[in-house]
Amino acid sequence: MTPHILTRSLDRGAALFLVVLAALGVLLPLLNLLTPESSALHVPTYLISLFGKYVCYAILALSIDLIWGYCGILSLGHGAFFALGGYAMGMYLMRQIGSRGVYGNPVLPDFMVFLNWKELPWYWYGFDMFWFAAVMVLLVPGLLAFCFGWLAFRSRVTGVYLSIITQAMTYALLLAFFRNDFGFGGNNGLTDFKDILGFNIQSDGTRAALFLLSCLALAIGFLICRAVVTSKLGKVLIAIRDAESRTRFLGYRVESYKLFVFTLSACMAGVAGALYVPQVGIINPSEFAPANSIEAVIWVAVGGRGTLVGAALGAIVVNYAKTVFTSGPLAPYWLFMLGALFVAVTLLLPKGIVGTVNAWLDSHKPPPTDAADSAAREDGVIQPKPAE
Amino acid sequence: MSMLETRSTSAMLYLDGVHVSFDGFHAINNLSLTLEPGEMRAIIGPNGAGKTTMMDIITGKTKPDKGEVVFDGTVDLTKLDETEIAKLGIGRKFQKPTVFESQTIEDNLLLALNVDHSVRGTLFWRRSNDESERIERVLDIIRLRDARDRLAGSLSHGQKQWLEIGMLLAQDPKVLLVDEPVAGMTDVETQQTAELLREINSHDKTVMVVEHDMTFVRELGVKVTCLHEGTVLAEGTIDDVSANERVVEVYLGR
Repeated sequence: MTPHILTRSLDRGAALFLVVLAALGVLLPLLNLLTPESSALHVPTYLISLFGKYVCYAILALSIDLIWGYCGILSLGHGAFFALGGYAMGMYLMRQIGSRGVYGNPVLPDFMVFLNWKELPWYWYGFDMFWFAAVMVLLVPGLLAFCFGWLAFRSRVTGVYLSIITQAMTYALLLAFFRNDFGFGGNNGLTDFKDILGFNIQSDGTRAALFLLSCLALAIGFLICRAVVTSKLGKVLIAIRDAESRTRFLGYRVESYKLFVFTLSACMAGVAGALYVPQVGIINPSEFAPANSIEAVIWVAVGGRGTLVGAALGAIVVNYAKTVFTSGPLAPYWLFMLGALFVAVTLLLPKGIVGTVNAWLDSHKPPPTDAADSAAREDGVIQPKPAE
Repeated sequence: MSMLETRSTSAMLYLDGVHVSFDGFHAINNLSLTLEPGEMRAIIGPNGAGKTTMMDIITGKTKPDKGEVVFDGTVDLTKLDETEIAKLGIGRKFQKPTVFESQTIEDNLLLALNVDHSVRGTLFWRRSNDESERIERVLDIIRLRDARDRLAGSLSHGQKQWLEIGMLLAQDPKVLLVDEPVAGMTDVETQQTAELLREINSHDKTVMVVEHDMTFVRELGVKVTCLHEGTVLAEGTIDDVSANERVVEVYLGR
């Protein structure tokens, strides 16, 4: 009998991941809020925000792994969905500033006053309400992904061609958001946020809460991905990844599957962006830079494509390394390091960190008994082919 | 789905005057062929005769430039794509065994089962007893029961061929197009495959088998069509066809 969707999606690795995540999500904010600054256990607020940023990146990485690792869609423009989610949240935060801005206009954000705009553009309506912004965080990236995917997948654009047009998409958005008359703050973007849902965005408590929420979002995103990849739909996705045309000949509408998973993934990336913005305090068009999206793909490759846990881990490990390198004397060489890392992982660890560990565990475990066997069959973790 | 207004033919599969050219190369040239319901037909012909292209046309992978392709007397296949044609009940085994290598044998069969193939259906899918039974049955037929949890990629070439035939069985189509099922098989396996195909055919399935192996074709003991340069060269029993002078000529070269 097939176990229920939730029990099926929780194998030992997944459960371990969630436990560690829950522990960190609760422990770090507590150590920040409850210990005195002099204590050795004290976690400074800047670290909470930094880790919060990593967790948002981990959600983005998870969303990329869902489409790339399991369905073979290599999106090099996922940063666009992340940034759109971020802008939606940024717009809410801008409206929350109200008359506390430099120009003191109760409705118009500062940059609009500066540009001599007289009234709020229609697409800013509603962003003074949190629920509206929250819906937009999902809807805008989701809708863009749906339209983009509908056109691309129906025309059977695959492989490197799809990667190139996703790059073009994010680049086009970068150029559009740079324009002042586009109405999103031009190259300065949106910043100087004051509060979120009435809480001071700078306060330790808000920061801790945002960190906890990010961890929660990562956990929920992870569970959704696990539920998807351990369902029969997950098997169809892998079939599409490995032999797309064969899957069509079995009667599966490949483009619908790709569209579903691409849209879901874009919504997740949007949530990641929305949680990212209040923690870093700014969103500007540089988030659309094609290089950002490529970097996110590298996190997934490093952590292990098609493992989910690996994607999250890769995002955190690579970004931690980035923080360490770029704050030291080696800062100018970070991009070389990143490039070298990608080459090294491709050559030496084609399955990434988690993929390699999984393969090692598999080859060192005793021959499975019948019970373990049937458990393994329900396990959604698969060994992906090396990146193409 | 485009339906012809009245049933135009009693045939299960009806090809008439089909032309396909790729960059000026006429792969299929005025090809006409009919398969009656429940018939099994062997297709032979030298390399480049258009056998695989013909299957591509029937399954919607390639669109003909000209000509009629009608399924079950009512459905114009030239208007449909691969997915729709597969859903109608036309299954295909590829020349190069194409199984999902990173998934288990059982999962390969599960994916092939002709159940709800919608995104929603697969997302909320739970295995029913009926599905389990069907998979068990196929596993027995293709003799891979003990290997059910192995990855399909770890199978031998011959086993992959059987797995793909098993996937066809799970798909339970009305028409089976089988491209070179015995390539890379031992003599015993070849004979077993012939038996298996005859067995499938005896359950009212229409089967089209493309094969080079003459012993195998003889083993099938069905009507043979020889293709050459994209058109039908000869049709009849294996003895008639292999005695045909033109057939001997194209096989041996002139």
